Amino acid sequence: MDLFEYQARDIFEKHGVPVLGGIVATTPDDARAAATTLLGDQPGVVVVKAQVKTGGRGKAGGVKLARSADEAAERAGEILGMDIKGHTVHRVMIAAGARIAQEFYFSLLLDRAERRYLAMCSVEGGMEIEQLAVERPEALAKVAVDPRVGIDAAKADEIVAAAGFDASIAGKVADVLQKLWLVYRDEDATLVEVNPLVLTEDGEVVALDGKVSLDANADFRHADHAELEDKAAADPLEARAKAKDLNYVKLDGEVGIIGNGAGLVMSTLDVVAYAGEKHGAVKPANFLDIGGGASAEVMAAGLDIILTDPQVKSVFVNVFGGITACDAVANGIVAALEILGDEASKPLVVRLDGNNVEEGRRILAEANHPLVTLADTMDGGADKAAELANA
Amino acid sequence: MAIFLTEASKVIVQGMTGSEGTKHTTRMLASGTAVVGGVNPRKAGTSVSFPQGDGTVDVPVFGSVAEAVAATGADVSVIFVPPAHTKGAVVEAVDAGVPLVVIITEGVPVADTAEFFAYAQDKGVRLIGPNCPGLISPGKSNVGIIPADITGPGRIGLVSKSGTLTYQMMYELRDLGFSSAVGIGGDPIIGTTHIDALAAFEADPDTDVIVMIGEIGGDAEERAAAFIQEHVTKPVVGYVAGFTAPEGKTMGHAGAIVSGSSGTAQAKKEALEAAGVKVGKTPSETAALARELLSR
Repeated sequence: MDLFEYQARDIFEKHGVPVLGGIVATTPDDARAAATTLLGDQPGVVVVKAQVKTGGRGKAGGVKLARSADEAAERAGEILGMDIKGHTVHRVMIAAGARIAQEFYFSLLLDRAERRYLAMCSVEGGMEIEQLAVERPEALAKVAVDPRVGIDAAKADEIVAAAGFDASIAGKVADVLQKLWLVYRDEDATLVEVNPLVLTEDGEVVALDGKVSLDANADFRHADHAELEDKAAADPLEARAKAKDLNYVKLDGEVGIIGNGAGLVMSTLDVVAYAGEKHGAVKPANFLDIGGGASAEVMAAGLDIILTDPQVKSVFVNVFGGITACDAVANGIVAALEILGDEASKPLVVRLDGNNVEEGRRILAEANHPLVTLADTMDGGADKAAELANA
Repeated sequence: MAIFLTEASKVIVQGMTGSEGTKHTTRMLASGTAVVGGVNPRKAGTSVSFPQGDGTVDVPVFGSVAEAVAATGADVSVIFVPPAHTKGAVVEAVDAGVPLVVIITEGVPVADTAEFFAYAQDKGVRLIGPNCPGLISPGKSNVGIIPADITGPGRIGLVSKSGTLTYQMMYELRDLGFSSAVGIGGDPIIGTTHIDALAAFEADPDTDVIVMIGEIGGDAEERAAAFIQEHVTKPVVGYVAGFTAPEGKTMGHAGAIVSGSSGTAQAKKEALEAAGVKVGKTPSETAALARELLSR
């Protein structure tokens, strides 16, 4: 799960990473109040920052300065509701202004290839890091981090030295890096990025903007992470599927897909898309993995989600009976259609293979449901489902 | 021969007395795997009776992996414990000197995997998984949850991130059979990679053709392509799932996500083809390519 900047800021603060004041607001009035809190009676500057989970918001006009609380409200009014790369701005963060002397870059992330963590750090912050990595790779220090040790004092010194920080601030930066490690470790993050990490004119090292991704597999030991989820952003069908513990992703297409196992479902999407090329360019409508154990209840819940997608014109059920045998899957489909009754109104193409396939096909043939067509192969089923979606 | 797992492998099950562990121990025994013990400190000294053939077989339960290894000489452990206990279970198996640990558990925090992988690597222990279906050397041994009845022994080696796609490919090539099929799992950090399996198949005299199945996310397939170019002389057929996956959406596996320009199926296909790997567009086309290469 990717966090918003304001959530990352709060988590940084919780772990002692130096940050500037920042208050989230969803209306211009809230923005005015937030700016008043940050500015106090003193003249000064606040920054109104769009909270969206995408880069390039500065260029898109989603970050603006304000010199008073009223101006902050005005800028917030302009930014709220804006569309930035397909993300609607629902929140802004009112952040205290900073006088920046220098900008740096730091991130800590998973290194899949080496199966450990990787710290990346540069004294040339501010620019897009992908661009820096391509154009001036020597300016981006990459330091391996042992997951069992993390960034201790020695590792922090190593990173700071590799990046080439000035001796006058090396100690301060190293201290911040150790605190960012605490964020990574204690929150079960898979990414902690600070861009920019800044040196202010009064000599402080501050995390000015942060990106944090959290590992959903570790939710069981972080009860507080549930409230970080952006429920409003989820597609309504995805939200319903999640409530039922289904692994569902809404796509833009006409052929609903149900399968067991992530790899097989991904493959099914591809095969349906290829078949669709011959049938009016119909596309897969979703990813839905009902898992290895495809019970009747799960099948019914899955079919229910897919059949309520108004874009869906046909459904392809592609199951390889492994642990759960095909007869159980077939019974699940029959029971699901019974549970759904009249709500099941779109044609279903079912392909079963694997364990107990004859019995599974017999059960479906015997049920003789008017909406169900049996397919012998994955390719044949995809073709039939695409054809039906284009009818 | 086969890779990682042979008829001589002696297997213990961590989590054997749980529901998943019991179910799959039954299946492993039924497919001829030498399951020599289970581990559960609260049930040490008891045994569990499993159906085998017309009768039953009693599998002893030990209080620790170390005790199980001392008593049975086990050289493989398969782990079915819940995610919160997986790290502890792996560390225990590594400490007991088990050389091959297969982790079936899904939903392990990646920080835990990173830690126990580093630990296992230091001790020279091979991990497979987590979040994987395990591996099978048909007719010899079967560790994990791969159905043993899809196909029998043969001369194709298979390595795949995905479980059901492994089954699908075994099914497509069921008349030819497999030396070994290894499901390495779809998590961001895994113990055995495509490259490890490719190297093992290259060295295995009983494998003539290698089928490699990948999916979107990360750059494991690109790295495997570079490895194939340098080190693999046997013919390799590839398949990559997720050509139509959109950017930024996780497709079921924690590791399966296209971010920006990296991790796309197209990039992986191109890298593999550049290394001389024939890449199928669909599972059936991939199977046809493998069939053709094997008949040469």
